[in-house]
Amino acid sequence: MTAYETVIGLEIHVQLATRTKMFCGCELVFGDPPNTHTCPVCLGMPGTLPVVNAEAIRLGLMIGAAFGGVLAERLVFHRKSYFYPDLPKGYQISQFDEPLVAGGRLGDVGLERVHVEEDAAKLTHAGASGRIGGSTSSVVDYNRGGTPLAEIVTLPEIRSAEQASSWLRLLRETLRQLGVSDVNMEEGSLRCDANISIRPVGDTELGTKTELKNMNSFRFIEQGINAEVARQTALVEAGERVQQETLHFDPRTGSITSLRSKEGSHDYRYFPEPDMPPVAVPDELLQSALAAVPELPLERAERFRTELGLHEESARLLAFRRALGDYFEETLGAGGASADKQQVANWIGNDLVRRLEAQRKDDEAGETDTDPAQSKVSPAALAELVALVVDKKINRKAGEQVLDVLVAEGGRPQDVVEAKGLAAVGGADELRPVVQAALDANPDVVEKLRTGNMKPIGAIVGAVMKETKGRADGGEVTRITREILGL
Amino acid sequence: MTDPISLSVIDAASALRRGDLSQDELFTAYRDRAAADDTNSFTWLADDLRAGLGDRDRAPGTDRPLAGVPLAVKDLFCVTGVPTASASELLRGYRPPYTATAIDRLQHEGATILGKTNQDEFAMGSSNENSAFGPVLNPWDRTKVPGGSSGGSAAAVAAGLAPAAIGTDTGGSVRQPAALCGVVGLKPTYGTVSRYGMIAFASSLDQAGPITRTVADAAVLFRAMTGPADRNDMTSIGWAGQAAGIEVPSAERLDGVRIGVPTALLGEGVEPGVRAAFDAALRTAEGLGATVVEVELPHARHALAAYYLLAPAEASSNLARFDGVRYGNRADIGDGGLVELYTKTRHDGFGAEVKRRIMLGTYALSSGFYDAYYRRAQQVRTKIVEDFRAVHEQVDLLATPTSPTVAWGLGERTDDPVAMYQADVTTLPQSLAGVPAISIPCGLSEGLPVGLQLSGAAFSEQRILDAAHALEQTLGFDVTAAWMPAPPASRPAPSASASTGKDAA
Repeated sequence: MTAYETVIGLEIHVQLATRTKMFCGCELVFGDPPNTHTCPVCLGMPGTLPVVNAEAIRLGLMIGAAFGGVLAERLVFHRKSYFYPDLPKGYQISQFDEPLVAGGRLGDVGLERVHVEEDAAKLTHAGASGRIGGSTSSVVDYNRGGTPLAEIVTLPEIRSAEQASSWLRLLRETLRQLGVSDVNMEEGSLRCDANISIRPVGDTELGTKTELKNMNSFRFIEQGINAEVARQTALVEAGERVQQETLHFDPRTGSITSLRSKEGSHDYRYFPEPDMPPVAVPDELLQSALAAVPELPLERAERFRTELGLHEESARLLAFRRALGDYFEETLGAGGASADKQQVANWIGNDLVRRLEAQRKDDEAGETDTDPAQSKVSPAALAELVALVVDKKINRKAGEQVLDVLVAEGGRPQDVVEAKGLAAVGGADELRPVVQAALDANPDVVEKLRTGNMKPIGAIVGAVMKETKGRADGGEVTRITREILGL
Repeated sequence: MTDPISLSVIDAASALRRGDLSQDELFTAYRDRAAADDTNSFTWLADDLRAGLGDRDRAPGTDRPLAGVPLAVKDLFCVTGVPTASASELLRGYRPPYTATAIDRLQHEGATILGKTNQDEFAMGSSNENSAFGPVLNPWDRTKVPGGSSGGSAAAVAAGLAPAAIGTDTGGSVRQPAALCGVVGLKPTYGTVSRYGMIAFASSLDQAGPITRTVADAAVLFRAMTGPADRNDMTSIGWAGQAAGIEVPSAERLDGVRIGVPTALLGEGVEPGVRAAFDAALRTAEGLGATVVEVELPHARHALAAYYLLAPAEASSNLARFDGVRYGNRADIGDGGLVELYTKTRHDGFGAEVKRRIMLGTYALSSGFYDAYYRRAQQVRTKIVEDFRAVHEQVDLLATPTSPTVAWGLGERTDDPVAMYQADVTTLPQSLAGVPAISIPCGLSEGLPVGLQLSGAAFSEQRILDAAHALEQTLGFDVTAAWMPAPPASRPAPSASASTGKDAA
């Protein structure tokens, strides 16, 4: 049996976070009543002309700079023609052979290009399915028409649905941190199409691809790609050929349906947009874009790893969730140079986030960022708490109790420790008599310990904990036990 | 008192400012004539002075340069609330919600709109026979075409129905009808007048320009139409304030002016009578001090072929928006679906010539043909631009007949599109090069006007206007001959056919 390799390239449409549309002055507002943000230009009325939105170009250049692509020196637009009611001019103003950005890379996937264009209007199909097939009428909302889009096209370097979705998460976080888009998949400000093909492992030529359109969640993207790969594999194994076509994945049924056959039916008749002659990208605009690119998730993760010595997983977690990363760095600042950075990362990434997310019912999927800076736990308080635990002034369990209080009420860790009497029975002087008493009370355990079997030490630790109401440090108890018994 | 309709724009504006004439008086005089028009020049007439201002709260005032001057405006200019159809069935009854920048600027200078003028549908044509409103008749001879596509604009001026008109020129659509109707037509440098609000034919070529009785009027209207770059139009480069510096021409001599005659554009096809009037005009120019030399435009002979690929290609795309979804006339499709809506709306709404050009253009842009047609034509266009740059190192102006023929008979070329396209052979090179050009009447042939085209380097409008004015003064062509009774001995006698025209008026 032949083994197949999956080859995936993604096309991602990102709505750019400009105040106004790509080629007119209409404001961009999501969720307003239909057709309330339109003008003669974005309705394609006779005689109107486009004027490019410089801010959209600036945001596009920022994306290109973030990916390390080659930024175009001039802007060239083309018309892409097809008839559809969501396209008021009968063509979409897009870019063709001179995209705003050529090449580039994000993480493990290379990019072919990034170009800017205008979004189509929103069609709503009335009828049972909400899709065009079987609908009885359709209505158009031109509020969305003319929204600036960046289309990001990857090279066919993705090899699995899982890789696709994890790369998309990275892309989305990168775009979010760039500040170029809301990247809200539900509202459609980030939409993804996947070009999918399979080929026998070892082949270098690409198989016939299909295009899976408009998947609006990471989960659906993974499911859709897997379903399509399974469909193609079954076809090929049955001796049939994959047809080049555009497909729709229905996440409710898991089924894939054909939208239209691509071959021969589409000729977009690209030609240079005569209403917008090529214009040089102004140097001020370019410099402003370059200056606006912040440290991005991959770079930050790398810095957390190499400069702060964090584990891979912590570094990614804190870098990919900017609010956590920022809070982490503030906490380090508050805790001084001596702070145990990995411990701080653990307390934020695990303990604090878990507690804050439990407070927020609306964050089930973890899609929106939990921001500890908005909580009652100040970075200084967290730094102090971590220091108390690391210095064994309190044990970890007590630390967690302190954190519960901080999350609920705020305040200083030291005050909580004192109020609740959580201070560790820390010094060996204080602990030694308690351990001695426990050993005296458990001669059978002592006997086993003396033979080198350390398993029963839990009983000693338990006894000490009981005596100290949980304030002792387990490791310290073990150490003192060994000392007393001369092990 | 002088008959108000005998006044040029400049003189009428002065009379209005002095109070010798009231704005209503002037408007009504033209309104009455236009209402009785038998040349079919208008598609819509304003009821009163204010109607042409759209829905704006703007009285013409008296202090502005064109205050109270009524203008005939080509139908394809959008004017708020005023029917604007570009002479297409598809847009009949459409009233735009905004006003074209060029018209807005004229209104800002005080001009009012007398009416919208007939044209070839979407400006596609050279005879004004491709109109949903029917053909326009040439005021000099009502059995002849007025030229096109701004045929109604030129005829309205030539018939004394308006003191001046605004047209658009894509491949000669201002100059050629001006020539065939014996009036003045100026096509400015591409990009000097905003295209915003002009229903597009071919975006890279379309340019608005005035059609007037005198060269001086053309200068005044040009100055009013242009201005700083339009923020709604990336192809409007404005004129960095220089347009305001356009002066009303007063030159009487052409001393030191070098005029080139491109021999390539004077080959076969130019009628002997046209050639004779043209040659006589050149002799007049020499008499005024100009030097006339023959020049080469090596690629100009390919202009026609390149133009009839590029313009239809852009048109096929520009006209895609007319789909019956948002505005315009939607075909009744019963239970039909989207495809039926599109096809029937466009089938019923567009005329034959428009369909022909949409098909030509769609073909030229199609995958597999793009390189052979569209790209090749753009390369030819670049060569033509270079030709014009080179030739203007040698000469200040180029002179050609505006049209190889005088006005031809209605219906004579409607079955032969290629013969119709040939009518533009002398105006297309300048259009492709984007340079300014003017047509002034320079004589009669077979009783019909002959136009002289003068063109120059980009932004040389002042030089063109000055030279045209000097020639105009010496040539003494009577632009009112088609409609105004000639006072004894003061003007050249109109020809027999022109007299016929006058009788019919």
